[in-house]
Amino acid sequence: MAPTTAPSKLQFSPAGQTEIERLLTHYPADRSKSVLLPVLHIAQAEFGGWVSPEVQDLVAETLGIRPIEVYEVATFYTMYNLKPVGRHVLEICRTGPCMLRGSDELTANLERITGAKVGETSPDGNFTLKEVECLAACGFAPVVQVREQYYESLDTTEAVDAMLNDLRAQIHRPILPWEMLGEVHSQQQQ
Amino acid sequence: MGRKLLTEHINVEGIETFEVYRKHGGYRAVEKALKTMTPDEVVDEVKKSGLRGRGGAGFPTGLKWSFLAKPEGVPRYLVCNADESEPGTFKDRYLMSKLPHLLIEGMIAGSYALGARTSYIYIRGELLYVLRILEKAIAEAYAAGFLGENILGSGYSLDLHVHPGAGAYICGEETALLESLEGKRGNPRNKPPFPAVQGLYARPTVVNNVESIASVVPILNEGGDEYAKLGVGKSTGTKLFSACGHLNKPGIYELELGLPVEEFIYSDEYCGGIWKGRELKAVVAGGSSVPILPKELILKTAAGENRLMTYESLSDGGFVTGTMLGSGGFIAMDETTCIVKNTWNFSRFYHHESCGQCSPCREGTGWLEKVLHRLEHGHGSMHDIDLVVSVAKQIEGNTICPLGEAAAWPVAAAVRHFRDEFEWHVKHPHEATQPGAVYRGAGVLA
Repeated sequence: MAPTTAPSKLQFSPAGQTEIERLLTHYPADRSKSVLLPVLHIAQAEFGGWVSPEVQDLVAETLGIRPIEVYEVATFYTMYNLKPVGRHVLEICRTGPCMLRGSDELTANLERITGAKVGETSPDGNFTLKEVECLAACGFAPVVQVREQYYESLDTTEAVDAMLNDLRAQIHRPILPWEMLGEVHSQQQQ
Repeated sequence: MGRKLLTEHINVEGIETFEVYRKHGGYRAVEKALKTMTPDEVVDEVKKSGLRGRGGAGFPTGLKWSFLAKPEGVPRYLVCNADESEPGTFKDRYLMSKLPHLLIEGMIAGSYALGARTSYIYIRGELLYVLRILEKAIAEAYAAGFLGENILGSGYSLDLHVHPGAGAYICGEETALLESLEGKRGNPRNKPPFPAVQGLYARPTVVNNVESIASVVPILNEGGDEYAKLGVGKSTGTKLFSACGHLNKPGIYELELGLPVEEFIYSDEYCGGIWKGRELKAVVAGGSSVPILPKELILKTAAGENRLMTYESLSDGGFVTGTMLGSGGFIAMDETTCIVKNTWNFSRFYHHESCGQCSPCREGTGWLEKVLHRLEHGHGSMHDIDLVVSVAKQIEGNTICPLGEAAAWPVAAAVRHFRDEFEWHVKHPHEATQPGAVYRGAGVLA
């Protein structure tokens, strides 16, 4: 069905557009809506770490689906940020196994160090704190995820400091399209 | 103790690459299946192995495969459930990131058995780095002729893709996963029709857990009968257990099913005992959705026999004195653990993760969280203890998907086994809410 909004002024980058076209080949031609979740991930990476209503409209326009089909998905899944975030979103696991190994204390420490409460962004715009449910890293608790990176066993001051310093060193890294971010990451690991 | 069928080569350097994986016997199962077996023979081999779903339900995998509708000319799908999100469970992330080709090999063999020409790995969105590892490995498999057109000259063709979720525990439920894969909210579907008849895009579909699919590889290599010789009774083969909580050596262990729970917890070969020299208080043995058991019941059955790491032994006694093996997410709690707080924490999880489709779950999980919060924070009443049990009972069995049960069972079990601790919170709210305070029987503080 044709989109019902006016054409968006926003555009995906050429790399993002290429990635979307690649992903579309993964699904039957008449089932292209399947690509919606991956495309929202790309959109979030490309447009500042969150999906504004305008970005959601762009996704609808790009995929030729109704905006409401994008809104209902974007609001259902917790990984899509619906309001602006800081340069780094710290997702702190608060679920049982992490709680047993000190996630409450970790959250309190991060609030104190960053100056942001859970749900807020620090005054310097560097860190948004977000409590999330199980990150599937229970054996290495407590755990924080920042984008594609897991920081594990954060039960010492040293470990927390190391994480924040690592992130501060990356603070000026631009937000890149999904697959480019992967290249940067693998280069860093080498 | 026991053989390691999945993780034997996991620490080999470079095992995540096609070349090294192949050098260590990788893709033999695919060669065997495609060159010497019919699809039905592969299904039979899995049936013979006695493999039970490793995602939590424990349903026989071969039987599930044999249910797949096979109308001619209609696409069929194999979908791997890699949406690992059950608190306490973290085995699949490890397996996929270290041994991506093991999963891919299992996907090829499984897809061949089921007649699927396109298959998907639905991975939880948080695991972006694992997604990239898998994509790279898939590209290697295509380049080596194990995916794509006419694999190994067998005439069989398969395309395999990875699809990310976006943070929703409910998408681990197979029909919610399919909805999500179709680009929708992860709302579970009513069953029937089951996915075997109407799954992805309303086509016949099998959804299997990562570990189940990976296990097909050793089953084909060893033969189903040989695989079935491992383990105890109907708990055949090996299983990955993810151990966490208050253990000296949390981590992922591959066990031949049948090891005594006590040995798993205390042996240096495995978890190495309880951290800081403390006493074990309770265990959630199969992921947060299974009933919690106090120390005495997790180590021994009600009949006084050693509790074993098997489907049957862990569930011995039903929900009165037993629990479930579930996904193998083994959460140990030491003597300083507040059971009320832990129960509230898990209830908060299920409330947060309820998709909101069914009223008993949508409203009930919120109610459980609220009342448990009240009890934990010293504002509860004796009536509240009965109330949470009653609410849990009213959720159970009244929802489209099993998230209702997952939310209800832990609460009911916690009250069943630790009622005196809940009552202590009501009777001594001031003491119970002191930092670090914990019930140690007869109202003694830590």
